[in-house]
Amino acid sequence: MDILLLAFGAAFLFFGLAFILMYNSLVQKKIQIENAWSQIDVQLKRRYDLVPNLVETVKGYVKHEKALFENVTKARAAALGATGVSDKAQAENMLSSTLKSLFAVAENYPDLKANENFKMLQEELAGIENKIAYARQFYNDSVLSYNTAIHSVPTNVVAAMFGFTPKEFFRAEESEKQSVKVQF
Amino acid sequence: MQRLSFYDEISANKRNSYILVFLVFVFAFAAAYVFSLVLFGESLFGLLFTFVASSAYIYFTYSNADKILLGFSGAREAKKEEFPYLVNVVEGLSIAAGIPTPKIYVIDDPAMNAFATGLSPQKASVAFTTGLLSNLNRAELEGVAAHEISHIKNYDSRLATLMVVMVGLIAILSDVGLRMMFRSRNLRSGKGGGAFILLGLVVLILAPFIAQIVRLALSRRREYLADATAAQLTRYPEGLASALEKIKKVGSAVKNASDASAPIYFANPISVGQLFSTHPPIDERIRRLRSM
Repeated sequence: MDILLLAFGAAFLFFGLAFILMYNSLVQKKIQIENAWSQIDVQLKRRYDLVPNLVETVKGYVKHEKALFENVTKARAAALGATGVSDKAQAENMLSSTLKSLFAVAENYPDLKANENFKMLQEELAGIENKIAYARQFYNDSVLSYNTAIHSVPTNVVAAMFGFTPKEFFRAEESEKQSVKVQF
Repeated sequence: MQRLSFYDEISANKRNSYILVFLVFVFAFAAAYVFSLVLFGESLFGLLFTFVASSAYIYFTYSNADKILLGFSGAREAKKEEFPYLVNVVEGLSIAAGIPTPKIYVIDDPAMNAFATGLSPQKASVAFTTGLLSNLNRAELEGVAAHEISHIKNYDSRLATLMVVMVGLIAILSDVGLRMMFRSRNLRSGKGGGAFILLGLVVLILAPFIAQIVRLALSRRREYLADATAAQLTRYPEGLASALEKIKKVGSAVKNASDASAPIYFANPISVGQLFSTHPPIDERIRRLRSM
């Protein structure tokens, strides 16, 4: 009788501990996804902050492209104000493509291209575009790890009990896949 | 399938690393025990003394190891104004790996090399030679930086730091122990348990060699693992492979590197034979990367 009780106690303790560990690992994975998502926002915001600076620098050399500057500024404002995933993605695409044409125009001004400040901004923008891509990659890696966990035995039991639902992957739109690359 | 093989390699290497660390620990404590036997005989005080002394040594070297390494290598901090390109690359890869951006250093040396150090991903540093920065394009530099970030992410830099300290401790203990043993035999010949002392002598003589070989094996495994993780981070193994090819041509022998700090570098910083090399052959690393 005593032995039976002991065995039950040990089993209870073992499963209890395993349960807690699995729950905690799921929570950790979920938080990592949230963190990864905010990382993307941080990088997008850094790109918005960079744009006025870039426009000012280019304005100093390029006099006759008023419409271009207006487009960039408008696209930035639209991206800043956009809410909702699809609206935001569209606004981001707009901004990327106007920036692309800004750099295309800059190609024709050797003085501008030699400007230290411009070179720095160019490198900074390329760096941010890279970081956005890496942040999205990290987001998807985190989602992969989380989704795998909530679908695998035995963590799926814990996930079902506490309502852990699968998260969606970030998918780049076809148009965006092309416009993310800024050609210098 | 590709993704799976990365993860398999990572978990296998992690497990092997733990086993190797355990082995080094066993040897360190065996050497310490013999040392205390010779010094104090079979007394509780002897054990206590050795324990306190070796713990203090490990603590101080361990907590300062990254600063010591950076100091020895002649590294200086890389400012964003001076190396915007490098800083952006490292920041981007840190995001991809999900770790805080490490402190970035450059070493003024025409050789092509790099290393990562630090006790945790939260307090890590990476250093690159100027030779590396001037010879590599962006994809290649990303490959090398991803390799170093991987060392940090996989806790390799902590492991390497630990190894350097542990092996250093074993070497010192066995050196001192051997001297004490010969001296004590000269002073009080005939005294002391013969078989026990003999066993101790064997351990003392063998320990540094075994520790060294263990350290080398560990270091090679870690290099392959970091290459695999780097490919996973950049999703572009070819960048790292082509960087390795350039390093093979230009050379990776750094001025301010020593035997002790060798395992921490990206490519072997000293010219030594293949068998006792801290790094796997570059050709083999390139082959593995290209087959991913």
